[in-house]
Amino acid sequence: MSDITLGEICVTAVAETFRGDGEIFASGMGTIPMLGARLARATFEPDLLVSDGEAFFVANDLPVGGTDKEIEGWIPFRTVFDTLWGGRRHVVMGASQIDAYGNQNIANIGPWEKPKSQLLGVRGAPGNTINHTTSYFIGNQTSRVFVDRVDTVSGIGYDRAAQLGDWVRTHHEIRRVVTNLAVFDFDTPDHRMRVASVHPGVDLSEVTAACSFELVVPDEVPTTRLPTDAELAVLREILDPRSLRDRELPA
Amino acid sequence: MADKRMTEDEAIATLADGMTIGIGGWGSRRKPMSLVRALLRSSLTDLTIVSYGGPDVGLLCAAGKVRRLVYGFVSLDSIALEPHFRLARQNGTIPEVVEYDEGMLQWGLYAAALRLPFLPTRAGLGSDVVTNSPFLRTVTSPYADGEELLAVPALTLDASFVHLNRSDARGNAQFLGPDLYFDDLFLNATAPGRRFLSVEQIVPTDELLRNGTFHTMKINRSMVDGVIEAPNGAHFTNCQPDYERDESFQKEYAEAAKDPATWQTFVDTYLSGSEADYQKAVAAR
Repeated sequence: MSDITLGEICVTAVAETFRGDGEIFASGMGTIPMLGARLARATFEPDLLVSDGEAFFVANDLPVGGTDKEIEGWIPFRTVFDTLWGGRRHVVMGASQIDAYGNQNIANIGPWEKPKSQLLGVRGAPGNTINHTTSYFIGNQTSRVFVDRVDTVSGIGYDRAAQLGDWVRTHHEIRRVVTNLAVFDFDTPDHRMRVASVHPGVDLSEVTAACSFELVVPDEVPTTRLPTDAELAVLREILDPRSLRDRELPA
Repeated sequence: MADKRMTEDEAIATLADGMTIGIGGWGSRRKPMSLVRALLRSSLTDLTIVSYGGPDVGLLCAAGKVRRLVYGFVSLDSIALEPHFRLARQNGTIPEVVEYDEGMLQWGLYAAALRLPFLPTRAGLGSDVVTNSPFLRTVTSPYADGEELLAVPALTLDASFVHLNRSDARGNAQFLGPDLYFDDLFLNATAPGRRFLSVEQIVPTDELLRNGTFHTMKINRSMVDGVIEAPNGAHFTNCQPDYERDESFQKEYAEAAKDPATWQTFVDTYLSGSEADYQKAVAAR
């Protein structure tokens, strides 16, 4: 299949973050993260549990916004909290700001006491990041999003987790950051963010320019893989027939 | 047998300035909006509001009723950011702000419900939640692990408001939607006296099980002091399966918040009269 879009590359990269997760709750906040979880479950990670974004686990390959659900479980918010505190979840959240160690901010921009821009509040980010694997999807990577220091640490990064004792060090994992330009991980000796792959057609210099901190860049930077024909078919024909995947990205 | 039926205004008349009020629901979902509107009509002020916030928080902030706000988030769901809450934060008009992780808020309510001083958790540790609320303390596990945990203090409430689908006149209540949220904890975190339940419809006790299974009956009458029949009382938030969120009204609300003049028009149109006037104005749109 041809004409693969950036949205499709991002969904596939998000799906890849769930590889190997097995029978846990694959949770995605926003269209592309949700599609990534559903694509992973529909293809290479069939034991994942995915939700309708409301209160149910769905067994079928549900399109985004779809209502024809085959319900396999009930997951009201209290059970979400129990599941995440129990560690049986991997969430892909957004980030208004993120730093080199994966500290994430969704709460506010500017000083917390009197923000320039009040956003959501920390939501579940502190509890998510301290209890289970977390990844991030950022649809518009710029140097104002990839920052030296985030204004309010909502999700905790590796430097902060390192100060919190053995249990947290053992269980804390920021697995990957997927953006419109590249995929990043923290597989470095001091867990500083590293370029894991650059999307097809994107130059590495664009990635480093859209970042305020120094990224770890390996000698050979791979190119983010394209979705397979089978993945594209599932994504285009079943999970997202209305192409909502491309609306979360800059034109 | 106590008949606990009352009106919104009778419930609000039991409150005093400076009280701590917990509001059930989640974001823009099944909020006890008719009770919030009654609170807006009152002269009460200097309130502490505890909420998984939606338009309840926005409206009370816009009306200048909030001295202290305790929340895990404030959102309108289909509109991510709550405009009045944003304005209040950006203008610094809420004197005291306590921003928790969502799970911490549950834990604070649960501790109060169990009459414990705190409950331990890891959620919040390492984040700026602890920086921004310096009253928070940690506790060390007394067992071999010796782990340091966050001690979330009990969030004891003076009053609580929740909105459910059905109840009887004594306060045995039923949720028919997909999620109870934390409504039972809000009621249980409140000392007996000011635990207010609004419902779409009050029915005879023996009708409750005709609407849904016993699993829907999570609120019993020992948890409730006042029952208010409030059809469409969660408007413009949802109350599934009775109704969905009124998205066009929510949009109108959010648009109106952008400018003081348009907001005044909104208040004049919808919020200057009784609950019956509100419902009439909504129906006339």
